[in-house]
Amino acid sequence: MKQHPRSLLGTDHLTTAEIDALLKLARRMDPKRPPQLLRGKRVVLLFYEASTRTRTSFEFAAKALGATTTLVSATSSSIEKGESLIDTGWTVTALGADVIVMRHPNSGAPYLLSRFVPVPVINAGDGLHQHPSQALLDALTITNHKKRLKGLRVVIVGDVFHSRVARSNAHLLSKFCAEVIFCGPPDLVPDISATLAPGVVACHDLDAALQGADVVMALRIQKERLAGKQISLEDYIAKFQVTPQRMKLARPDAIVMHPGPIVRGLELANEVADGPQSRMHEQVANGVKTRMAILATVLKAAQ
Amino acid sequence: MKTGENALLIAGGRVIDPSSGIDREMDILLRDGRVAQLAAPGVLKAAASDTLNAKGCIVAPGFVDLHVHLREPGQSHKETIATGTAAAAAGGFTAVCAMPNTSPVNDSPEITRWMQAPERAAVVRLFPIAAATVGSQGEKLTNFAALKKAGAVAISDDGRPILDDKLMRDALRSAAKLNIAVVQHAEDSRLTAGCSMNLGPTSFRLGLRGMPNAAESDIVRRDIALARETNSHIHVAHISTAEAMDAVRQAKKAGVRATAEVTPHHFTLIDENIGEFDTHYKMNPPLRSAADRDAMIAGILDGTIDAIATDHAPHAFHEKQVEFERAAFGIIGLETALPIAITVLHHHFKLPLWRIVELLSSGPARVFGLEGLGTLSPGAHADVTIFDPAKKWTYDASQSKSKSRNTPYDGWSFTGCVVATIVAGRVVFEG
Repeated sequence: MKQHPRSLLGTDHLTTAEIDALLKLARRMDPKRPPQLLRGKRVVLLFYEASTRTRTSFEFAAKALGATTTLVSATSSSIEKGESLIDTGWTVTALGADVIVMRHPNSGAPYLLSRFVPVPVINAGDGLHQHPSQALLDALTITNHKKRLKGLRVVIVGDVFHSRVARSNAHLLSKFCAEVIFCGPPDLVPDISATLAPGVVACHDLDAALQGADVVMALRIQKERLAGKQISLEDYIAKFQVTPQRMKLARPDAIVMHPGPIVRGLELANEVADGPQSRMHEQVANGVKTRMAILATVLKAAQ
Repeated sequence: MKTGENALLIAGGRVIDPSSGIDREMDILLRDGRVAQLAAPGVLKAAASDTLNAKGCIVAPGFVDLHVHLREPGQSHKETIATGTAAAAAGGFTAVCAMPNTSPVNDSPEITRWMQAPERAAVVRLFPIAAATVGSQGEKLTNFAALKKAGAVAISDDGRPILDDKLMRDALRSAAKLNIAVVQHAEDSRLTAGCSMNLGPTSFRLGLRGMPNAAESDIVRRDIALARETNSHIHVAHISTAEAMDAVRQAKKAGVRATAEVTPHHFTLIDENIGEFDTHYKMNPPLRSAADRDAMIAGILDGTIDAIATDHAPHAFHEKQVEFERAAFGIIGLETALPIAITVLHHHFKLPLWRIVELLSSGPARVFGLEGLGTLSPGAHADVTIFDPAKKWTYDASQSKSKSRNTPYDGWSFTGCVVATIVAGRVVFEG
């Protein structure tokens, strides 16, 4: 079975026109005065992996538009009893889901599901692969400050290898001819990462990467993922933490972003995380608007 | 078409028998399960009770597959010896060598004999490959002599590579005394934990952990060094990397008894073909880069490769249609091997048909020393594969004789198909 034409599985297959339309719609969305575009629609949040902000964000977005939501999570359902993903998908659709929002620890899981259910699937993060709604809300945040994406120098620093956020952002930014610099130690930013999309570069020197940067996006470092790597935690902080001193290398109007959750004192110095260039709270707020736009578009409810 | 037990004449075909250097139009007379005589067209007409018209077809020694998984005992929901060998017959194979990773593992003469019992209803010849270590646990060697006596033709812990140097040396030494090969699935599993595909741009893009080429080539080089040291025979199963191919090439030049097989998928497909997590492209060794695929072709063209083997690995729908990282490794391949070889190697890379026949018959028969197989010399077993090298057709996996449907080739168009498969003088498949 072919996947539903309006599934949102990754940013790599979106056109710039589709992305522009989503961002335009997201800017018009006001969670305080939402249009009741999805009244009577059923949104299933199928979460195989823990998530606070993405799940809550999708839930608020769906409810703001008048939809009802149901959370199906791995620990409180038949998933725990060994039900296969395809069977769970069939069950959820038979119960009347109009759209499935899915988070899964395995890369590609939403692609599998989308081939077997007749409703659209929205990828809310799959393994190390993609997190398209995050890339869209990041694009919304960037364009709110930079007006355009073309030609921007965007530094994505941290654990790129394990980051679905990095992959989705790089695909999206590349489509708009932004310059994407993956930065971090070779273990976390393998040279092969530069093959992801046109305009993507891998760099192991943060000072060099930050020269003239318009956007600095830090990624979470999971301490357990540094285990067995060549770099120690102290080394990482010394070489790759985004500090006020290093931010001086970037453009004065550069913005700092982080998809969260942030590990305090690791990826970002507190002065940067809480400083005037930080857009972390705005990202979270934009998350709800972006997901309202995604749900409305996927369910073809947008005017 | 009439068939008979006693004497069958295959008439009008082009006989290609690499073992005797024959490549011309001839008739072949099969009698009492043996090849009786070859002669110019028309000469043998009177001697046969039945005649099989092979006009326009290639008449070749029966194909031998060095590497199949028939799943019995223990996993008959995937395949049985009866269904797997029926698929083999449909693919032109008259003999298959069955890997021991069954449940339980084939590490005993009892299981080796059980697999060959008439009750299993094998359609073609079945040669078990027995486990190298008890339970394929990589600790204690099995009794190679007893296994060989029970019918095992080679030794392998396929899928559970022997990493320990001393154990591998002992295995090679014991096998050499019996003049049989040790077959290694070359994978340093310390480098591939959690990996579900090849390491490269595609694995990075898909967010999947990738197996480096070195995981294969390191083990191949180590095994070659041990084979040289012990003067024994190492057979490299399903070779997939340029580095390993080069190691085998050098070993052969140096006179080491190293042989290698390649699968149709490794000389046809590459990791990018996984597309968006299509588990029909998930196998181990994984599909590699285009450069590695090209190295497989080069190894076939220059003679480094001894045999095409399918690594036929049937799995049920619910074992394949799951999250990519959780899906079982492997694809079925018995029915598509010849058509792929003709389509890719003959038509695209201009490999002569006799070399394809060699890679499917006399080549593999020689690797495991299977006497009277892979040849049409008078006195050999009357195992014959007849195929039409020009016929175009489309593969429909739903019609497969296998119990499983896990193939990337469903709906593919091929040139070349099997017309008839004959085992011991008896037609076991007609296309």
